[in-house]
Amino acid sequence: MLRPPTSQTAASLFGDYELDASFDEMFKPGHVPRDSYRLLFDRLLELPASEWRQRQQAADRAFLNQGVTFTVYGNDEGTERIFPYDILPRIISGAEWSVVERGLAQRLLALNLFLKDIYHEGRILAEGIVPRELVYSCPHYRREMCGVRIRRDTYVSVAGTDLVRVEDGGFAVLEDNLRVPSGVSYMLANRQVMKRVFPGLFSRYRVRPIDHYGQQLLGTLRALAPRPNDPTIVVLTPGVHNSAYFEHTYLARQMGVELVEGRDLFVHDNVVYMRTTGGPRRVDVIYRRVDDDFLDPLAFRRDSQLGVAGLFNAYRAGNVSLANAVGTGVADDKAVYAYVPQMIKFYLQQDAILPNIETFLLHDETHRQHVLENLERLVVKAVGESGGYGMLIGPHSTQAERAEFRDRIVANPRNYIAQPTLALSRVPCLFDDGVQGRHVDLRPYVLFSGTATCVPGGLTRVALRRGSLVVNSSQGGGSKDTWVLE
Amino acid sequence: MLSRVADAFYWTGRYLERAEHTARLVDVNTYLSLDSTPESSGRHWHRVFDSLQVTMADGGTSDVVALVHQLALDRGNKDSIASGIHAARENLRQIREQISVDLWERINRLYWTVRRTAEDASWQDQPHQFLRGVIEDCHQFIGLTTATMNRGEGYYFLELGRFLERAITYSALLDSHVRAFPDLRSGEVAPELVAEWTALLRSCTALEAYTRRFTARMDARRIADFLLLDPEFPRSIRFAVEQVEAALRGITRLSGRENAGRPERLAGRLRASLHYAQLDELVDDSLQMFLTGISGQCGEIHAATYRTFIGYHLDAALV
Repeated sequence: MLRPPTSQTAASLFGDYELDASFDEMFKPGHVPRDSYRLLFDRLLELPASEWRQRQQAADRAFLNQGVTFTVYGNDEGTERIFPYDILPRIISGAEWSVVERGLAQRLLALNLFLKDIYHEGRILAEGIVPRELVYSCPHYRREMCGVRIRRDTYVSVAGTDLVRVEDGGFAVLEDNLRVPSGVSYMLANRQVMKRVFPGLFSRYRVRPIDHYGQQLLGTLRALAPRPNDPTIVVLTPGVHNSAYFEHTYLARQMGVELVEGRDLFVHDNVVYMRTTGGPRRVDVIYRRVDDDFLDPLAFRRDSQLGVAGLFNAYRAGNVSLANAVGTGVADDKAVYAYVPQMIKFYLQQDAILPNIETFLLHDETHRQHVLENLERLVVKAVGESGGYGMLIGPHSTQAERAEFRDRIVANPRNYIAQPTLALSRVPCLFDDGVQGRHVDLRPYVLFSGTATCVPGGLTRVALRRGSLVVNSSQGGGSKDTWVLE
Repeated sequence: MLSRVADAFYWTGRYLERAEHTARLVDVNTYLSLDSTPESSGRHWHRVFDSLQVTMADGGTSDVVALVHQLALDRGNKDSIASGIHAARENLRQIREQISVDLWERINRLYWTVRRTAEDASWQDQPHQFLRGVIEDCHQFIGLTTATMNRGEGYYFLELGRFLERAITYSALLDSHVRAFPDLRSGEVAPELVAEWTALLRSCTALEAYTRRFTARMDARRIADFLLLDPEFPRSIRFAVEQVEAALRGITRLSGRENAGRPERLAGRLRASLHYAQLDELVDDSLQMFLTGISGQCGEIHAATYRTFIGYHLDAALV
């Protein structure tokens, strides 16, 4: 086949593409493309640069028109922005994915067993495998949940587990998000846009579909219904000012259920209803995108305007199910995270398929000593924070920042953990002057209903700033479509 | 449909109708005052404020720019055009996922136009341009709803709000007019009053429709009859009430609510009284009482709609 005259050489297109200790998902050492990236690599050389730019613009337009935006906090009216997006897909082979899939299923099963255990008999605590004080001192531990039987013992129905690829290319778990993980709408929207922008490449790659996520989520929620016949399922949002409001509306639409706010719901005789023009309608399952603290002003924070008075009692009475359950945050505490491999061993008598990242617990004196002496090489995280906040990245920190964290750690060691600075894997991204590698992580979305299922792929978040390791959208991160191959 | 969503549609309809009406009223009267003496101009504006039930700031100034500002752009006045459009947008923002992108863009554009205008004093030279823009955007919004919206509950709540507001504002406008000019004998009005009655027709976009029907001869009784009781003119009070009834019929059917007939019955009763009313009798009796009655009954329809579909008492609803 004749190459078009405008096609580019590998030298000009990839001239700026660095390879170092991080695992590069596209290239083996010496800029040799890996098998799964071969087709994309060829395509990159085939298409003229102007064509790539045009497709990037088409993708951006599609996001804006669909209203795929997130809200940036900090001014009165709230600013809507599109999530920065890179059009080169991230490719994961079928073999690699099957390890991830089994690993996530195993992990979520163990985490659900752990939650049931600590809110009932507490065997794992009695046997000293997870320290009792670690669980009881966690701010997300809910004493109110002790002894509460919940439907099908499903505590975590929806999880978003953050994975990274370490130096040898293997996947490892960075953190579990077991409360209200977000981002799945971007995964779905990314795919829709990519199918439109790269139909040819997409079909040649035989990418496993993800479009059925909405139906699967609905099925997961239906399984929790106290009344199995024609249950009413709703998505509970904090409202239009929430940064993930777009996602809440998107999921409600995908599932064909109502999107409600706290003020639409009320409780009568321990039964939850929503106020409709046709009269009160009983609600069976609430996919809540509101944190525990704000769910019910009678049970939790009294100043909450987002919740429903009496909801917790209705929940305890078994008349309504919540996904996720109340009190799951204790299992994604970053210090409790360190014990997940032991949980898997304890409940399932198996070794963890997906390893953890080495984690130093700062309430342990030897660990603390080591961390305080090596702050400039480690990453320190507050155990209850997410979104890239409350974090010290040692190698990129100043003397003053390290001093500040040292004081904070000494004042409240339970509140922090430390991990080595990771060399996150890199994938190719398209820029005006060619293709360059950028660091990424991966958040697959796992649904649990007795067993775990996981749509193949997830949200790949990418640190678009050169050299940056922070992938959060609030801090210069973007996203990519993730293709899992047959 | 969630009651909260229905409520947002309903108030969007009311706020936009009121903003459009206010824009037209201010526009018409700004030009009327150009042709009149300061005293009669002052009386105009008093009537305008009276019909909108807004209190003049500073106890009534003769500064037209200040008056126009109060009605058009003053965010401190909750009945100003700017406040109405802001409120309509806020309502739609809460139910952003229920409306089309086009509809959202329309209201958003209007909102930003108003905000920009408020920041720049140059509108004072040509208030007409700004007011006309508001009216046109409101028309486009309505056109989009008619052309693109599902005839579901949302559509009917929007319609209900729009026409209920119109029935209320038009009866208030007519009321304040006939209080000022109570002589409703048949035949042409006195020459010095022609401008006043023409302005009334214009304020209801009725001048052309009236002229085509009755020629340009300004007959007070015919004008009142036309604005109040005409069955074909789409901005008569009777027409508005018919639309209110139709919207409520749609809502009652679609909501599936049991024992929900009261709002529709109230609307039907009001519609019947307008169907069978005769202006001659009203003039002899009391037109003003009739007009006040319309406002009162509209208030009852509003309250009954709320009690039935939106703010109903929960314990009673669960029995």
